[in-house]
Amino acid sequence: MHTPQTTPKPFSLMLDFLHNTGATTLDVFAKAGEITLFILRALWHCITPPFFLTQLRRQLIDIGYYSLPVVGLTTLFTGMVLALQSYTGFTRFNAESAIAGVVVLSVTRELAPVLAGLMVAGRVGAAIAAEIGTMRVTEQIDAMTTLSVNPFKYLIAPRVLAGTLMLPLLVLIGDIIGVFGGYLVGVYRLEFSPANYLTQTWDILESMDIISGLVKAAAFGFIVSIFGCYHGFNSPRGAQGVGAATTNAVVSASIMILIFNYILTQVFFS
Amino acid sequence: MSVIKIELAGVKKAFGQNQVLNGVNLKVPAGKSLVVIGASGTGKSVMIKCILGLIGIDGGSILLDGEDICHRSRRERDMLMSKFGMLFQGGALFDSLRIWENVAFGLIYGRGMDRVKARQIAEEKIAAVGLKPEVANLLPAELSGGMQKRAALARAIAGQPEVIFFDEPTTGLDPIMADVINELIISSVKNLGATALSITHDMGSVRKIADEVAMIHHGQIVWHGSVKDLDSSGNEYVEQFIHGRSEGPITLGARG
Repeated sequence: MHTPQTTPKPFSLMLDFLHNTGATTLDVFAKAGEITLFILRALWHCITPPFFLTQLRRQLIDIGYYSLPVVGLTTLFTGMVLALQSYTGFTRFNAESAIAGVVVLSVTRELAPVLAGLMVAGRVGAAIAAEIGTMRVTEQIDAMTTLSVNPFKYLIAPRVLAGTLMLPLLVLIGDIIGVFGGYLVGVYRLEFSPANYLTQTWDILESMDIISGLVKAAAFGFIVSIFGCYHGFNSPRGAQGVGAATTNAVVSASIMILIFNYILTQVFFS
Repeated sequence: MSVIKIELAGVKKAFGQNQVLNGVNLKVPAGKSLVVIGASGTGKSVMIKCILGLIGIDGGSILLDGEDICHRSRRERDMLMSKFGMLFQGGALFDSLRIWENVAFGLIYGRGMDRVKARQIAEEKIAAVGLKPEVANLLPAELSGGMQKRAALARAIAGQPEVIFFDEPTTGLDPIMADVINELIISSVKNLGATALSITHDMGSVRKIADEVAMIHHGQIVWHGSVKDLDSSGNEYVEQFIHGRSEGPITLGARG
């Protein structure tokens, strides 16, 4: 009797493992290439005419002005908590005088850009992905193309430009509000002298602290808007598809913000 | 012999393992209205999107006025789009824009026309599809399905296209509104002197708007003839489809 030849089980398992690993690796590279091409295309349309200024103005207001309350509240309470936490720690070493410096450096260098980036990723990145994703599944993007209007020019470029320009502005305002939060706790809760607190803040602050935060903010604004656009533009069909696109936009932008925060910190301060 | 406006020759398109268009050959005569019928999932919408350049093809060629339109640059394709108008199945109106802005969208942003002049044209087209002037300032969400279809038709014809595509123009409409849309399609195409390519399941619509009919099955055109010959085509696919029989060569499995 003829018996069929079968692959030994451990060998088969190893083949499966290699196959899956290879397929996943190829998928990751394909996706990275797709995102890179999308980014390059978006950048090209940001710098070449025609420019839809009405759209840009609308996005500047949507992304910048309407994010102000969220960013303001986030940085205000972050500055306040930072002052309070620093005080409980620094009193052990009689280093209360360093609190103002810790607050201003932490807020300008790290907390304002990162937290503002994450909050805007939640508010703006999700909204961009949901809006463009809905336009994709209801064929509005196809309709735009048939009307001789390039969706990259009309939808993507204004959002990317607005995100990149407005987040630094939001962070600058967030810096002031965050430091003010620390000042409120320092002066009214911990009973520092207002003049001393402000002097210590001003003395320790250097222009690079603010500039680095603003550069980070511009990078994070770009990341939030480009990932929102990418996931919305490539949204799968149906309500579930748009939901997944929205989630992916927020999650991927948040992770990229944290990764680029490390890279930019390394560049500026190492 | 009639002049051919659009010609598809051996057009192929697959999505992964799914071969949607499997060598489509079709000629659309200039100034005529050709309707493509076929079961769901047979590639009707994909075929139109391939002609419009919204989906790239894997093989074959698509000619407009005898010139290949598949291998054009992005800029050339944008220019080419000004010759096309498209009525999407769901209307695809931009929901953040008012109706007149939707109708004038291609004129303002595609052709750089002055907003005042574009609005004037949009209002003319809105009137031409039987909508009241006050509709111009409403948002798409404030309109019924039939009114949205009319507004979308006004947008499709606003740029005076040479070719108009209709994707299931009467789907989801009551019979009376469907007839109104059919009449509007006929008058719009006639007034523009345009060529029309439609896809639909609605046999009432087919008999009303078509000069010629083509049947697509398994990504291939299996019959093409005059609408007058539809009932005596002798084609088993056409017979089954136009009489809506469950028995015949078109099976549920084949429809994908």
